[in-house]
Amino acid sequence: MSSRPGFVMEVDRSTPPTLFWHGEGWKLEKLPSGSRIIYPKEPMEALRDPDRAIQDALDNPLGESEPLDALLKPGMKLTIAFDDISLPLPPMQKPDIRQRVIEAVLTRAANAGVDDVVLIAALALHRRMTEAELRHALGNRVYDSFAPHGLLKQHDAEDPDGLTYLGTTDKGEEVEISKRACESDLIVYVNINLVAMDGGHKSVATGLASYKSLRHHHNVATMRASKSFMDQHHSELHSANWRMGRYIKQQGIKIFQIETTLNTNTFPSQFRFLQKREWEWDIRDRATFIASSKVMSKTPPRINRSVFHSILSPHAMSSVQAGEVEAVHERTTEHVYAQQLVPVSGQSDILTLGLPYISPYNVNSVLNPILVACLGLGYFFNLYRNKPLVRKGGVLIMSHPTTWEFNPVHHPSYIDFFDQVLSETTDPEVIQSKYEESFAKDPWYIHLYRTGNAYHGVHPFYMWYWCAHALEHLGKVIIVGGDPKAVSRLGFSPATTLMDALEMAKDVVGSNPSLTHFHVPPLAIADVS
Amino acid sequence: MIRDSLANKRILITGATGFLGTALVERLLRSVPNCHIVVLIRPGQRQSAQDRCKREIIRHDCFDTLRAELGDRFDQEIENRLTTISGDVGSERLGLDEAGLLELAKCDIAIHSAATVSFDAPLDQAVEVNLLGPSRVAKALAHVAPSRPTGPAHLIAVSTAYVSGGHRGDAPEVIPTKAPFALDLNWEAEVTSARRIRSDAEAQSRSISKMADFQKQARHEIGAAGRPLLARKAEELRSDWVKKLMVEAGLARSQMLGWPDAYAYTKSLGERALIASCGPIPISIVRPSIIESALAEPRPGWIRGFRMAEPVIISYARGLLKEFPGVPEGTVDVIPVDMVVATLIAVAAKGPDPNGPSVTQIASGSRNPLKYRQLVDLVRSWFLEHPLYDTHGQPIVVPEWSFPGRGRVQSQLERVTSVLSALEKTVSTLPLRGKQASIAAQLETKRSQYERALGYVKLYGAYTETEARFRVDRLLELAESLDADDSDFVLDPAVIDWTHYVHDIHLPSIVVHARVKTSPGKKVSGDRTDRATKAILDPSRHLAAFDLENTLIASNVVDAYAWLATRHLDGRDRVRESMHLISKAPSLLLQDRKDRGDFLRAFYRRYEGADLGVLEGDAMELFTDFLLTRAFPKGLARVRKHRELGHKTLLITGALDFAIEGLKPLFDDVVAAKMTADENGILTGELEQLPPTGEARALVIQDYASAYNLELGESVAYADSASDLAMLEAVGFPVAVNPEAKLAAIARRRGWHVEQWPKSPGSPRRLLPIGPPPHPGQNGPWQGAMGALGQAVNMASSSILRSLERRK
Repeated sequence: MSSRPGFVMEVDRSTPPTLFWHGEGWKLEKLPSGSRIIYPKEPMEALRDPDRAIQDALDNPLGESEPLDALLKPGMKLTIAFDDISLPLPPMQKPDIRQRVIEAVLTRAANAGVDDVVLIAALALHRRMTEAELRHALGNRVYDSFAPHGLLKQHDAEDPDGLTYLGTTDKGEEVEISKRACESDLIVYVNINLVAMDGGHKSVATGLASYKSLRHHHNVATMRASKSFMDQHHSELHSANWRMGRYIKQQGIKIFQIETTLNTNTFPSQFRFLQKREWEWDIRDRATFIASSKVMSKTPPRINRSVFHSILSPHAMSSVQAGEVEAVHERTTEHVYAQQLVPVSGQSDILTLGLPYISPYNVNSVLNPILVACLGLGYFFNLYRNKPLVRKGGVLIMSHPTTWEFNPVHHPSYIDFFDQVLSETTDPEVIQSKYEESFAKDPWYIHLYRTGNAYHGVHPFYMWYWCAHALEHLGKVIIVGGDPKAVSRLGFSPATTLMDALEMAKDVVGSNPSLTHFHVPPLAIADVS
Repeated sequence: MIRDSLANKRILITGATGFLGTALVERLLRSVPNCHIVVLIRPGQRQSAQDRCKREIIRHDCFDTLRAELGDRFDQEIENRLTTISGDVGSERLGLDEAGLLELAKCDIAIHSAATVSFDAPLDQAVEVNLLGPSRVAKALAHVAPSRPTGPAHLIAVSTAYVSGGHRGDAPEVIPTKAPFALDLNWEAEVTSARRIRSDAEAQSRSISKMADFQKQARHEIGAAGRPLLARKAEELRSDWVKKLMVEAGLARSQMLGWPDAYAYTKSLGERALIASCGPIPISIVRPSIIESALAEPRPGWIRGFRMAEPVIISYARGLLKEFPGVPEGTVDVIPVDMVVATLIAVAAKGPDPNGPSVTQIASGSRNPLKYRQLVDLVRSWFLEHPLYDTHGQPIVVPEWSFPGRGRVQSQLERVTSVLSALEKTVSTLPLRGKQASIAAQLETKRSQYERALGYVKLYGAYTETEARFRVDRLLELAESLDADDSDFVLDPAVIDWTHYVHDIHLPSIVVHARVKTSPGKKVSGDRTDRATKAILDPSRHLAAFDLENTLIASNVVDAYAWLATRHLDGRDRVRESMHLISKAPSLLLQDRKDRGDFLRAFYRRYEGADLGVLEGDAMELFTDFLLTRAFPKGLARVRKHRELGHKTLLITGALDFAIEGLKPLFDDVVAAKMTADENGILTGELEQLPPTGEARALVIQDYASAYNLELGESVAYADSASDLAMLEAVGFPVAVNPEAKLAAIARRRGWHVEQWPKSPGSPRRLLPIGPPPHPGQNGPWQGAMGALGQAVNMASSSILRSLERRK
């Protein structure tokens, strides 16, 4: 069965109400006639035998690379780095792709007599994973063989003894990454490529880097020059990572990249209506929608959140490729585009989005207001190629409860950023120049990042920079159904209903605006002509 | 006449720091150019008489007019014409040393205005000052009289018109023994009995059962604050109890003898004592009625301190006092302070009556009476036009006055007060903290406001029911005798236009004086919080000391223990262990309330036999998995803010040091409990370092401050409970964080800054303090819930499905 492509539908009077994600829940909204709705492509067929495909990929590398077996020698130092908790979203049902790939690599390493093997979670400045999360990603077998011996590490971008400074790229960007990785004879990087931005040189150059290195591309100027960062040919973020990746390669550091892609089968069967087109909902879908909405309206938000965060996605591996970084990533990108690209013609005045409960940075946690902004303006807004879905000066309307809530364990510096920085200014450039360093070098945040499960002190800044392109592009941002105080702190306008929001938008884009609703997730990339 | 007569005279004034005294000193300096003033001032505990004179008299706004008139010459003028001597009218010979006596000998006139004016003074105190004071002055003057070539000095004693008691009709200007209905009283016997009542009360307060009561009450009020603080509190309660008894005794004795209160009673006996013991000293007695703000001098409306009518009027304007008892046609005998001053000066200028002790009354009642109904109407109409505002910025509408009898108002107020105190008692026994606890504190404030109102009614009720007419014949005679030069000394109360006085002079002045809210808007309280926060976060602070449990983290040693103890247990054992602890909670709580130190020591025995290495390994996880989720982000931010400002930060906690390992980097230093371990790293259950609790915390801070050369007066302390009282008292800037009821009440009374720091609303919440399972299995913690929800959704949807199908 081949999956139907994504498409753009025009709303007319017979169109049923459209599903809008709204945090830990959803709403049905009637869009004005003439609005467009972009539906993602249906999930592509998964690989029939993923383990077999992995073995094939390891044996048949792409680009200038020998097969993995040929690279494994007795007595060598092998480091296996893997993507952290931010991928995939939602976390996948067991076994996780990382477990499959790493078990395959470890078997081969064992056969080749390699006994110096270290696993590193490529956190960059993300929070450390908990034991349960590591066990979920790697499986108990891998965890129990490595963790007790201290061979399962989490990248520590603040460990003064754990980093190696390699030098600068031709653009003067400092490159500093994990010492263990630098000293290894081979790095095997195990990636999950959920969106087009992931993978490639970004895996090592970002995942294993320090703040000193990251600040060269995690900044306002880079993000504003990435239009969008999902489109590698027009992304300065991509270019900077590529320069660094190539520089790392020039220093003789050997990387065997293994990239995987997933289909967009995002939600388990009891929530299958979430990835179906509304007019195709059968009686069971409608009943589930009503029943789940009823149940959720009765249970406290806290319980709903816990339930949502325990959703494990059935998404399945749609491709796996290994070998030299750039060649591998080219093939990976093709697969991502094949699943996610939807052609759209022309921009509109208003873009509407329903924001779900999860983003890369709040797995098992609350989507705090800063992450709401980043999910909408950073991620979803940038899911385009060529041109944004909304015209310059247009309006973005997002639906999310945006409560004034933060997880104090995962996001301690977010609390202070929201309290102390956004209360002063929302201008990304001012924020970067005035506040970034003090948060980045704050010893308490560093302590929590290194020993607890906290995102690095500078991380909320990156979330705000992620929004910089959208903030520059848009004329107004409205959040429907959000806590007015929190929404205003973000510098956005709160609206009670979508209809109110549309009225408010008219002040900016005129009385007869065109409107596009981007029906994600499941994920898609709009190819806007 | 006045200026000539007083030229080159030295005038002694007692009570110069009081309302009348200050006005008198100022008027003499400003309007009688060539006299010299000698003020007798009692030195304070930390201030000399000279300092008090400067601070409490010269710098007072009473002198603004004079200061403006003299400009640069002001200081010189004061220096030349004002002498301060240190003494005390409560002591024999006024407590004067040789130099003081010499100075006294030079005085030609003495105006004795020192008195305990408060109407609810303890009986013995009123007796010492009001009854014996005037005769002590007379005796001291008699003692130095032989050395005066010009003969003995003239003593003018300030008394009160109310010595004439509560009888109806005319009250003439005669000495007490000649007054109508005069009782035959022996003032010396009254002195003896007042002193005996005091010693009886002291003895009674030290009875075994009483002392046990005080101890119990102290514990109820401040809880486990440590022995020294409890002792201090109990002693405070005891002396308050004695004082209250003495106040009641004074009121009872006075009212029994027909006086409205102990003030009038002791003043009356004071006149008798003075006349009996003045010897060669010529005396004049001046009796003002109720002295209120100035009509004209030094400026209209000038007033010092809160007197009798003001609190009542302000309580009424705030809506607190709905009614004040009084007879509508009764006279409220009020007299502006500057008329009393003028009278005193005129009496001094005139000199003593050769026929013996003279009495001059200065009162308005017989000459220009202000009726109670008229006063009430004036007050009410003014406040209707110029309302006060409540904390929400809403104007307060003053109630209509119904002129109830004293009994009715009193019983109404008594009912409200007793209901409030019962409520307060109930609330204070509940384990509340934070905002709920502040409700208890608010109750307490309300109750004390009503109690005060009740006090006013009890005390001042008599003054609105006065039907005596104080004659002022001598006053008018005196006024007649003044020259044209003396026209600025106004004695005749007939000149007062009451409407003008109440509306344009008195009320505007007291509203400013009372610092009440006279404009809409919510700013006042916000400003106060802002100011406090600003003061706390001033870079010049030295040290910020923090308590941990419920100040920075909503957790306690029991939770932490439960978490650690269950960390390596499986399934049912985990729940069993925490349920076991929960079942123990009430007894643990009780023990903790009694004495925190004992509780900690006993509780920590549970760690006996635990492997320190394992605990240390788990501690970081305890920190992120449990403690941080219960932390108050505002608290953590506050610690960091203090550090950023360069203050030293210190954590003082009874928690075990390894359990708070993750928090250590937040502070410069940490003082925690420490447990000994044997050579194998197995904990002994015994503490190597006693956890600092109660008063020990104050000592820890003191030691720390002196070690780093920090000043505690410039330091801040944060805590949540009355058991940290010693620590909070030790610093200059105490902050109550999410205070429990006892501390909330204390903080409110003492005006301490209160912070409400919530937990982060997005933090994961757990029902039981249980560590994560040792082997996270296939399923996440919420898989069960997810399954349940899925099932619920499925069931619900299939029933909907069925009903839809049926409809088809």
